[in-house]
Amino acid sequence: MVKEIERKLPVVHMCTIVPISLTVGANRIVPTVAIPHPLGDPSKTPAEEKAIRRALVERALKALQTEITEQTVFTE
Amino acid sequence: MAFRVVHYINQFYAGIGGEEKADYQPEIREGVVGPGMALNAALGSDAEVVATVICGDSYFASNMEKAAADIIEMIKKFEPDAFIAGPAFNAGRYGTACGAMCDAVSKQLNIPVISGMYPENPGVEMYKKSAYIVETPDSAVGMRKAVPAMAKLALQLLKGETPEGYIERGIRKNKFYDKLAAERCVDMFVAKLKGEKFETEYKMPTFDRVDPQPAVKDLKNAVIALVTSGGICPKGNPDHIEASSASKFGEYDITGVMDLTSEHYCTAHGGYDATYADQDADRVLPVDVMRDLEKEGVIKKLHTKFYATVGNGTAVANAKKFGAEIANRLVADGVTAVILTST
Repeated sequence: MVKEIERKLPVVHMCTIVPISLTVGANRIVPTVAIPHPLGDPSKTPAEEKAIRRALVERALKALQTEITEQTVFTE
Repeated sequence: MAFRVVHYINQFYAGIGGEEKADYQPEIREGVVGPGMALNAALGSDAEVVATVICGDSYFASNMEKAAADIIEMIKKFEPDAFIAGPAFNAGRYGTACGAMCDAVSKQLNIPVISGMYPENPGVEMYKKSAYIVETPDSAVGMRKAVPAMAKLALQLLKGETPEGYIERGIRKNKFYDKLAAERCVDMFVAKLKGEKFETEYKMPTFDRVDPQPAVKDLKNAVIALVTSGGICPKGNPDHIEASSASKFGEYDITGVMDLTSEHYCTAHGGYDATYADQDADRVLPVDVMRDLEKEGVIKKLHTKFYATVGNGTAVANAKKFGAEIANRLVADGVTAVILTST
């Protein structure tokens, strides 16, 4: 899906198993928290959880604003 | 004396549990567990499954290096002559774990490693160089075919016979020819010009890659859309998106929705523990945070619709079709860029 979208629009893939994303061929990749809750952490308070989610989404937006020439994993 | 085999399976095939137990930490048990029984029978008197490693798929995927290192230590004690993982059929995390374990065992213990997977399992592409992988059907219905094929291959490798019946590994081997490479090359070229058949000595890999799109220049004026393979949908799954092997995707209007609550949203995905997504679907599809960013003017707008399907054993051809159709609709709606989340 990521690749087909990339043919038309810039896309960032937020996922936990980065090796699969790399194999499939996503170009902008942001690693996430865990498989059942990529953008949250149920062990934290709701406020802390939202802060984690916000930070990850901001990283995704940063990835979308970054020019790249090859597959790039945005770890910060 | 029979060859000693250690078998690797996940929490599901060990009968420990499904997705709710996918965080199960690795353990080793003496003898056979689950499909190991059929494997042991197929190996006959020449080899024996002496121990079985069990590990949760999510645990392995989230702690790959540690899990592999811990499991290697467990396996060593049983002094195996071969390592067999799976079959994993079309289970992505299980296939990845089987492949990663085969890779680690082969490198560190230097014994034959065998697995079984459906050709579209991502574990094949990632680890076919590291392991002998038998092609299996896409689900456990194919167990009866997969296990004997894996056992046969294992015995061939253990006995030093020429192995057969595995997915091409893409490994180059030296071979002597009477003709020089230059001559063979010209022969092939001439054959090609004549329209005759010829066989290449080195197949080029098929890279299915898409060039990255240019970066988003003006985020403040950008419309961002959310797409997910994590199965998020309105409660009750109105489009009946399948829990696995999805044949469709859903398009859902979120005009005025500020937060995905458990009252109105859930996941249709059957491949991970749905507890957390059902409690708060923002954990998979971050609508709440996108609304904040919209309010603060960081982005111009969160697109009025989101798109979702279930990425669980979904055929690559279907995923491709969904992606292309979603992209067309997003372009038609004037979307600037996309955040796609996966579980």
